[in-house]
Amino acid sequence: MATPRSTATRLLTNRAFLAVCLLATNVAVVVLAVLLISILWQGLGSLNWNFLTHAASRKPAEAGILAPLWGSVWVCTICGLVALPLGIGTAIYLEEFARKGRFTRIVQTNIMNLAGVPSIVYGILGLTAFARMFGAFGASAEDGGFAIGNEESLFYFKLPFGSSVLAGGLTLMLVILPIVIIATQEALRSVPKSLRSGALALGATPWQTVWGITLPAAIPGIMTGAILAMSRAIGESAPLLVVGAVLFVLNAPENLMSDFAVLPLQIFNWAGRPQDEFHAIAASAIIVQLVALLAFNGIAVFIRQKLQKPLQ
Amino acid sequence: MQIESTPPSPGTGAPQHGQHVRQIMAVPGAPSPSPTPTAVTVRGFSSWYGSFQALKSLDLDIPSQQVTAFIGPSGCGKSTFLRWINRMNDTIPSARAEGTLQLDGADLLAKNLDVVDLRRRVGMVFQKPNPFPKSIYDNVAFGPRLHKHYTRAELDELVEQSLRQASIWNEVKDRLQASALGLSGGQQQRLCIARAIAIGPEVMLMDEPCSALDPKSTLAIEELIETLADRYTIVIVTHNMQQAARVSDQTAFFFEGRLIESGSTEGIFTKPKNKQTEDYVTGRFG
Amino acid sequence: MDETANVTTLPTTPAVRDIAALGRPKSTAARRFREQMIVGTLAIAATFSILVTTTIVIVLARETWGFFHFPDVSVGEFFGGLEWNPLLGSEKHFGIWPLVSGTLLVTVIAASFALPIGLVTSVYLSEYASPRVRATLKPTLEILAGIPTVVYGFFALTLITPLLQKISPAFGSYNAMSAGLATGIMILPIVCSLSEDALRAVPRSLRDGALALGGTKFDVSVKVVVPAALSGIVAAFLLAISRAIGETMIVALAAGGIAQITANPTAEVQTMTAYMVQIFLGDAPATGVEYKSSYAVAAMLFVMTFVLTMVGQYILRRFREEYE
Repeated sequence: MATPRSTATRLLTNRAFLAVCLLATNVAVVVLAVLLISILWQGLGSLNWNFLTHAASRKPAEAGILAPLWGSVWVCTICGLVALPLGIGTAIYLEEFARKGRFTRIVQTNIMNLAGVPSIVYGILGLTAFARMFGAFGASAEDGGFAIGNEESLFYFKLPFGSSVLAGGLTLMLVILPIVIIATQEALRSVPKSLRSGALALGATPWQTVWGITLPAAIPGIMTGAILAMSRAIGESAPLLVVGAVLFVLNAPENLMSDFAVLPLQIFNWAGRPQDEFHAIAASAIIVQLVALLAFNGIAVFIRQKLQKPLQ
Repeated sequence: MQIESTPPSPGTGAPQHGQHVRQIMAVPGAPSPSPTPTAVTVRGFSSWYGSFQALKSLDLDIPSQQVTAFIGPSGCGKSTFLRWINRMNDTIPSARAEGTLQLDGADLLAKNLDVVDLRRRVGMVFQKPNPFPKSIYDNVAFGPRLHKHYTRAELDELVEQSLRQASIWNEVKDRLQASALGLSGGQQQRLCIARAIAIGPEVMLMDEPCSALDPKSTLAIEELIETLADRYTIVIVTHNMQQAARVSDQTAFFFEGRLIESGSTEGIFTKPKNKQTEDYVTGRFG
Repeated sequence: MDETANVTTLPTTPAVRDIAALGRPKSTAARRFREQMIVGTLAIAATFSILVTTTIVIVLARETWGFFHFPDVSVGEFFGGLEWNPLLGSEKHFGIWPLVSGTLLVTVIAASFALPIGLVTSVYLSEYASPRVRATLKPTLEILAGIPTVVYGFFALTLITPLLQKISPAFGSYNAMSAGLATGIMILPIVCSLSEDALRAVPRSLRDGALALGGTKFDVSVKVVVPAALSGIVAAFLLAISRAIGETMIVALAAGGIAQITANPTAEVQTMTAYMVQIFLGDAPATGVEYKSSYAVAAMLFVMTFVLTMVGQYILRRFREEYE
């Protein structure tokens, strides 16, 4: 005959588990607090206007992040301009048009796989496909490729792209594409079927239904995915390292084919130096990076709120 | 292949609604009205979802500019059949059909049928009101804008006329730009009716339009159906028999995918020819 | 409008222009053409994702093939050798295991930190937390998830390592523990949010049933809800581990550059990803064996994360409880 378990013991276990839960949960909060405080403590001192406007320098006291900051802006803008339409278009096709069957299952699994690929592997792909273009145009623009325009002008263009801002942006696009696709798919799925039926019954074609009804209703979710993806893009370093971001560049990019530096890699560069002074400016750069991230998220969430209001 | 457009002719030979109410209590054997043109012709129509046969060899004539009710217990196929009339079952990959299904003589099962044009001529109202998350104005204007170019003035007039016909104009005329989601359930359903009216259909399909509404809204919609019946051919699916008796001229009784009996509403409810029909309308099952 | 004396007619609408007379019809052919063009463009966009995977596989395969054709290199040594020192002048060894060992050590430390804490936190968030607590905790996790990995690397180098060195002098200035802990912090939000999604997907009726049988909250959460959400939780774990394996910047900054097989967390190790960074940062010529070796390492990395993702997908598909 089974022995009854003491109620007291069970209630004790219940209490103990709650304590464990609270402990674990606090870890996340404590860690974040410690992280932010230590960064601020290390970096606030050397954070000043000069820091933001100076170019790189071998001396930590004079070094600034002007070039990496602009480099990040250029790279992320190119990345976003390509990844968002491509990703949203792919998701729309998969959710609203493709007949559900073997092909869509393969594509879907493939996208999930791409989401799990380490970003440095995308760097390798970017290097081969965008920077070197599989060797189809020779080793560089001077050596087998071609170029139009003048290196200082805005409309300079060369093939192969080499270690340019364009190659960097396209490589970053590869990293965030799966995120955009998956988030957009979720957003489209959350739109109730009844809305689509209503549109179809009025004589709308599938595309007219998507464009007029489904997509507008899914905008909040799509924006959330876009924000997530771009936040990732702002902080990525490994793939850009591989594709050829320079760690010591003096100027902001002048055109799509310029060499470039990005802020996370500048942080990496300084953090890897043994001297404390470099650690201090690395921390300052981190503060700028985090502020930029927060500002970006804040603006994007604000836009999302504004778009959501009229539908309530 | 487009469907030939036949302009609706108001009220030739169709029994008037006032008289219809009267006729149920009139002397039996009174002369029946002259035969009415048929909007939808059905012969030997069967449909399947995959390997499951949902409809079995239906034969039916749906007369134009009258209200026809489809009645029957849950799962008998009446909604499925309704959705074939405007080919909404196309959204279900495993759905297929055989037989004859014609609108004004045009074959609705033809492979090259322009379903977009079909759905412009056959409007649908769903069980649960499904207004778009847009303004009231944009809800009504959405359909027409798909099919035609309109000036602003034409669109304004079209929206107003549609809302008037749906008996909701007075309630919303001052807030056309407000979100449609702010309306009550009954108002939303009337908005959906206005939306369907706006595309200028000849036939209106209504799939249990009142089942999600309270009695007051239900009454408002039933009265609306009466006014609409002069201009449109209406087919209404309902599992509320009293509603069928109230609003319809013709009734078709479905059971387990078959059409058991069809005819004038008065006949079905007072003198059903089939025992199953009689059992259903008297409430012995269902 | 017909009127009979016996009937109250409903209010009639005034005579109006027929709705059908308004407007000018749009072209059907134009509509069809536009629809086909748009759907076609979208289909092309969708195939891009397949193109990406194919290209990755081809590029990695081709370069790895090239790598194995160098005189110093053999497939046998790659998979059997226990030494990796490609940059040594005369005697180069290309056994992959030291790098794999480095990756695994860091990953195990990260997982030991993040998986239990993440799971318990997600149970708390999903089953216990009040809306107020959720309002502080969820943004915290979202911020942690958004922090660039290079910041975690910096954190490991400048805070965690000195702290560890205070605890025990055995920790060198580069060590696996520091990188492992930082990686663990990085993947903690992933474990939390994905596990929480899985727990929230369990319907209320299961919880109610367990409570009605006299279960405590602990019984409900740990004995009913977690097992019900297990497939989602396991998938979350696998995804987090996959992220840890692929992590680059933290290990490049804090774990070190010595490739060795060890289970000692105080030791300096080099992971597969850190090696790749070393090569791409360095001056090795693009046609040399050292350069090509990083492609081989990348191929190994790709296969490892690919397998993990597929296993996770399989578990989700096979074992996901259907509630409706």
